[in-house]
Amino acid sequence: MDLKVFSLSKSYGTQKAVDGITFEVKSGEIVGFLGPNGAGKTTTMKMLTQYIEPDGGRIQYGEQTGYSDLDVRRSIGYLAEHNPLYEDMPVMDYLAFCAQLQGVADSDIPGRVRAMIVRCGLDIEKHKKIGELSKGYRQRVGLAQAIIHNPKILILDEPTTGLDPNQIVEIRELIKQLGKEKTVILSTHILPEVEATCDRILIINKGRIVADGTVADLRKQSESRQIIHLSVEGASQDEIFSSLKEVPGVVSVDPIQKSSHKFEIQSNSEEPLNKTLFRLCVQKGWDLLEMTPLETKLEDIFRDLTIK
Amino acid sequence: MKSPVQIIATKELGSFFDSLTAYILIIAFLGFSGFFTWIYGGDIFLRKEADLQVFFSVAKWTLFFFIPALTMKMIAEEKKTGTIELLLTKAVSARQLVMGKFLACLLLVLITLAFTLVYYVSVSQLGNVDHGATWCGYLGLILMSAGYIAIGLFASSLTNNQIVAFLLALFIGIFFHFIFDVLSSSMRGFLGNLFLNLSVNEHVESISRGVIDLRDILYFTSLTLLGLLAAEWLITRKK
Repeated sequence: MDLKVFSLSKSYGTQKAVDGITFEVKSGEIVGFLGPNGAGKTTTMKMLTQYIEPDGGRIQYGEQTGYSDLDVRRSIGYLAEHNPLYEDMPVMDYLAFCAQLQGVADSDIPGRVRAMIVRCGLDIEKHKKIGELSKGYRQRVGLAQAIIHNPKILILDEPTTGLDPNQIVEIRELIKQLGKEKTVILSTHILPEVEATCDRILIINKGRIVADGTVADLRKQSESRQIIHLSVEGASQDEIFSSLKEVPGVVSVDPIQKSSHKFEIQSNSEEPLNKTLFRLCVQKGWDLLEMTPLETKLEDIFRDLTIK
Repeated sequence: MKSPVQIIATKELGSFFDSLTAYILIIAFLGFSGFFTWIYGGDIFLRKEADLQVFFSVAKWTLFFFIPALTMKMIAEEKKTGTIELLLTKAVSARQLVMGKFLACLLLVLITLAFTLVYYVSVSQLGNVDHGATWCGYLGLILMSAGYIAIGLFASSLTNNQIVAFLLALFIGIFFHFIFDVLSSSMRGFLGNLFLNLSVNEHVESISRGVIDLRDILYFTSLTLLGLLAAEWLITRKK
């Protein structure tokens, strides 16, 4: 089921949380929602799941539109931000309760609950009360309740918070699998996560979309920038620092450690930075210990787009 | 496939029993009402009348205090822990949510009252009981409970603090239960009449005399509906 959003907006008092955003997510696509805290990610997701009513704009789910449509809600699976759960309910009862509410036929419920327990790796904890589970397992329960009714649209608000690295990998795999047939939107501020799982990224800042494209697209946008880690000896730190600063095109020189002679150098010149730096070393008679060109990271793109 | 109202009511009723709330309520209610009906002060043996008037007047006050204790967490806790978001992003409307919670509370009150049928049977062994008046007395208690549950749910949806919800429900309730009654006896004319008609006590008394008046039924239905609609409105509006 495709999801189309047209100039959606929401204000809290005078503060505009979401300010006219428009985007589209196709079936079989995993879209990552990125943005600093308070950018409007969660508000947008709450509107997509019909929890809050937009002030303006329109959301189209497949062919259906409209707020507060219970049929639409049946085709959405939602993992909310802090993963609220009924602490005093046993895992299996809770999953059955969620399945019932989402209109799964009574005869299918035991099967669906079992399937979710296997799929989300809840087998050893299935008889416990949710309140007794560790954070990682709670997150799995949250995910299980979101997908138990086999929704066409999956909206996950920070699905991997609080998980250990192994669990993160597992959950990412699960999301990838789900993304093959469903429309998935996930929000996060963990950037490698987006690179690992998402087909497309939407970066939002102050309630507006500031970038929309694949990871590769976004990289290309900022490709003119070069970053190199350089480590040299043969002069004092200050001397090296000031000579590096004078190289044409260099925008910033940051010592990586206070005492060492290792620097991170950013440049936006057309000339390859490594050549320039090598010539500088030769000219000054410094010993070149290390020179590592770095790929522009998603972090940098993110920072560029959201700090301005 | 069950309706969401039914699913929520079943779940809530289940959690009353899981959390011991139900047992404590039943035992405390039977303890209080039993003590005053059979043992203490102006009990049945002193009055030497085979009726349940003592029980009904004790039950009125006991339920008045117990119902807010049942309803206080109903919506306030869902809001506090954020689980309300979980429910309202599933195929559940705010109205179905409120109705489900209402039914669960009402069912628990009915179960509790069902235990007191033992009193009824015992009294009817002792002498000639006015069966009509007794059943009407029960009906009065049930209608009153429905009204207080609705008020309690309204109070619970006003805040996300359970204690505040409890006190608020008692505060609103005390007007209907007691204050309007007192005011009506000290005032004459239109105001006196108005307060008399607003008093829960007056309508419960009227029903338990054994006459089912449409006005009394109408009073409790409107009180209940008003509370439930206000709760629903608060839930949908607040987001």
